[in-house]
Amino acid sequence: MSEHGHGPQGRHGHDHHGDEPGFWQKYVFSVDHKVIGIQYTITSLLFLFFGFCLMMIMRWQLAYPNSVVPVIGKYLGGAMASGGVLVGDGYNALGAMHGTIMVFLGIVPLGVGGFGNFVLPLQIGAPDMAFPRLNMASYWVYFLGGVVMLGSFFAPGGAAASGWTSYTPLAVTALSGQTWWLFGMVLLITSSLLGSVNFIVTTVQLRARGLSFFRLPFFVWAQFVTAFLLLLAFPPLEAAGVLQLMDRLAGTSFFMPSGLVVSGVPQTQYSGGGSPLLWQHLFWFLAHPEVYVLILPAMGIVAEVIANNTRKPLWGYKSLVYSVVFLGFMSFVVWAHHMFMTGMGTALSTFFQATTMIISVPSVIILTCLIISLYRASIRYTVPMLFALAFLPMFAIGGLTGLPLGLTASDIHLHDTYYVIGHFHYVVAPGTIFGLFAGIYYWFPKVTGRKMSDLLGKIHFWPSFIFINGIFFPMFFSGMAGVLRRQFDQTEQIHGAAAHGLTVMSSWSAWLLAVAQIPFIFNFFWSIWKGRKVTDNPWEATTLEWSAPSPPPHGNFATVPVVYCGPYEYSVPGQKTDFCPQHVALEA
Amino acid sequence: MEPHPITGMYNGKFGIWLFLASEVMLFGALFSTYVLLRVGAEPGTWPRGDSILNVPLATFNTIVLITSSVTMVMSWASVKMHDFAKGRLYLTLTFLLAATFLVVKYFEYKAKLTHHQVELVQPVTLHGHDVLKITGHLGEQTDEFVMIAPDPPPEPDEHSSEPTRSSHGGHPEEMRIERSNITRVTDFGPRHSTFLAIYFTLTGLHGLHIVGGMVVILYFMITGASAWQTMPEKYTNRIECTGLYWHFVDLVWIFLFPVLYLL
Repeated sequence: MSEHGHGPQGRHGHDHHGDEPGFWQKYVFSVDHKVIGIQYTITSLLFLFFGFCLMMIMRWQLAYPNSVVPVIGKYLGGAMASGGVLVGDGYNALGAMHGTIMVFLGIVPLGVGGFGNFVLPLQIGAPDMAFPRLNMASYWVYFLGGVVMLGSFFAPGGAAASGWTSYTPLAVTALSGQTWWLFGMVLLITSSLLGSVNFIVTTVQLRARGLSFFRLPFFVWAQFVTAFLLLLAFPPLEAAGVLQLMDRLAGTSFFMPSGLVVSGVPQTQYSGGGSPLLWQHLFWFLAHPEVYVLILPAMGIVAEVIANNTRKPLWGYKSLVYSVVFLGFMSFVVWAHHMFMTGMGTALSTFFQATTMIISVPSVIILTCLIISLYRASIRYTVPMLFALAFLPMFAIGGLTGLPLGLTASDIHLHDTYYVIGHFHYVVAPGTIFGLFAGIYYWFPKVTGRKMSDLLGKIHFWPSFIFINGIFFPMFFSGMAGVLRRQFDQTEQIHGAAAHGLTVMSSWSAWLLAVAQIPFIFNFFWSIWKGRKVTDNPWEATTLEWSAPSPPPHGNFATVPVVYCGPYEYSVPGQKTDFCPQHVALEA
Repeated sequence: MEPHPITGMYNGKFGIWLFLASEVMLFGALFSTYVLLRVGAEPGTWPRGDSILNVPLATFNTIVLITSSVTMVMSWASVKMHDFAKGRLYLTLTFLLAATFLVVKYFEYKAKLTHHQVELVQPVTLHGHDVLKITGHLGEQTDEFVMIAPDPPPEPDEHSSEPTRSSHGGHPEEMRIERSNITRVTDFGPRHSTFLAIYFTLTGLHGLHIVGGMVVILYFMITGASAWQTMPEKYTNRIECTGLYWHFVDLVWIFLFPVLYLL
């Protein structure tokens, strides 16, 4: 590829391609952010589906313990099941891989790699990312990491089974699937690091003329903060992954305490002197910012969809921006609220309780601004808007149920119960995933030039909304009753047996939720070829991506846009239309 | 590649600074690990760096690496002032100094990995004392026994010498230890103790970063001439970015050396 010409403000000039690129360079090893975004989207959706399937198997065991799993039971390997009935280790492997795949192979690549890559350069008026080849490398390293993760299912003894949290010393002494997990994580973390550098440089240096920071769409701000979280929070987990690999492969004792006995066998091959708590600190130092990585892109999408479908500017734009930046900073100093039950002293737990309470403030501000944005709005109940509206109370439930977990006194009772599972799934599943669905329906016309079917979209939305609540709401009650996480047969304990009806309800809701996705899957693929063709700006939106053709060509904009106003100039008094695109000067 | 009006940097430079920020977090996590392991160690079990590691050799390596940072910046300064030949000369010097660092590292590691410690169930008598651990060099090993040539006892004055350098007399005779009396045989590699574990991890990861830098420098040495013809300004900026990375790698060593070897 020949060199880029000079452009103003550090941007690349238009690429000059000698010949038309061949199939492989155009569709497989492309450096175009839109192709890469689509690659991330398709791959991550497949992983989300796979992770969902793993959970559906788990839910059979939970609802009908020690019975043969229907349809696929006989295909489950020896490590996982015996005669079609899940064994404990198999259940643990499903649990660990469900979490890992959903978080690292599903949600983050979709929210950041998929939506971020496709939309961000368009929303800032750039022809591509700052480092297109690095972008391509990020995708393929992610892909390789995914292959390694899936490969772990074929390791002797099966996939990693020590939780997505891989606590030591269990994870150190576990079978070889765990080593695959660690290598997979190293690859995925590398992919994220490369991507985050790209996002930050692009957002700062490649903005169109006139696009100051406080004229950026909130989606861009959300991605910008997310990129910083990925850049700075992931390396400690990369280090921790290397350390755990060394414990497993080189016999070190980073996480192996002295005097450890496993199944009656003293582990004298280790020097000892290590600390299982060290792993927890290093892991959670990443994993807490990681949960904000999970939510922020979805919040960004919801903000865009709400502004567009209320036909008015977002309420409290500056509050939103300051809150999301403050949230980013705070996310680095709350991590040990995942470790309240490790025996830490009250001074330390009080500190983390305080920071955890403080961090709820910017989240509430963001949610409040989005809710107030609905006041006296002309709401259009489009399919993206249905998902965006649903996000608001779902995220509220998720956030509020986090409070008893962040307060140490109540956490004593709720830690490691189903209450925790209910809490975090509310934020990620009816929270983030609904936000991502909103984004898919919203930006589908920009990517393909066609709209998805509204009818199928509504058939997708309503059952999904009902059943996803059916899965997770009962978990708060199970948890308060004392039912523990990661438990292969809840009915072994009296309170688990008593609460079993809730478990069955969750399981049936999960399987029905799967059925509710069928209209979406069909709609998605059918509309790519047969969806109704639409104009470049079918939603009558103001942000810059809608001024590009649908789909945008290589280089995105025929003429380099110049920005004249803020991102949400809807219903401006005195204007002819109820929306003023950012690249059009407001008439005097 | 115009500098951006807000940051004052061209894209690549901004990118490399961000990457270095993430590297600070990476090595920071490992230094934090060092602190946590040392604070949590049983009193008396954490060795002084200079009692196990070769300080003179590492001091030499420190000087080598700092010099390589100087030659690296000289390389960038030369191409910035349009003197390609000098720039390439300094780049080559940087590469050679980095290689020297790695060669010294090789000898350091080798000494550790060929030195062993045998941990016993029942004590044996060595140098007039009953000990549960014997350090030295291994001889013949079978399923029944292990032969080990023990290290000489440490000097009475407290500047302990490297156990591998037995300067007085020949090494003592090999001892035979029955396997039934052995809990563990380990080299002085990462599995020996948490100190050596973090030592090898920190210096090993740092060494990998040196290798990575050398690969990049070699690439610019090889492709430099043609790059200088077609895109001299871009080439200069790439050398600058490489220099930033290289200085960071040097800076990490400047923290590593006192923490591991001197404290």
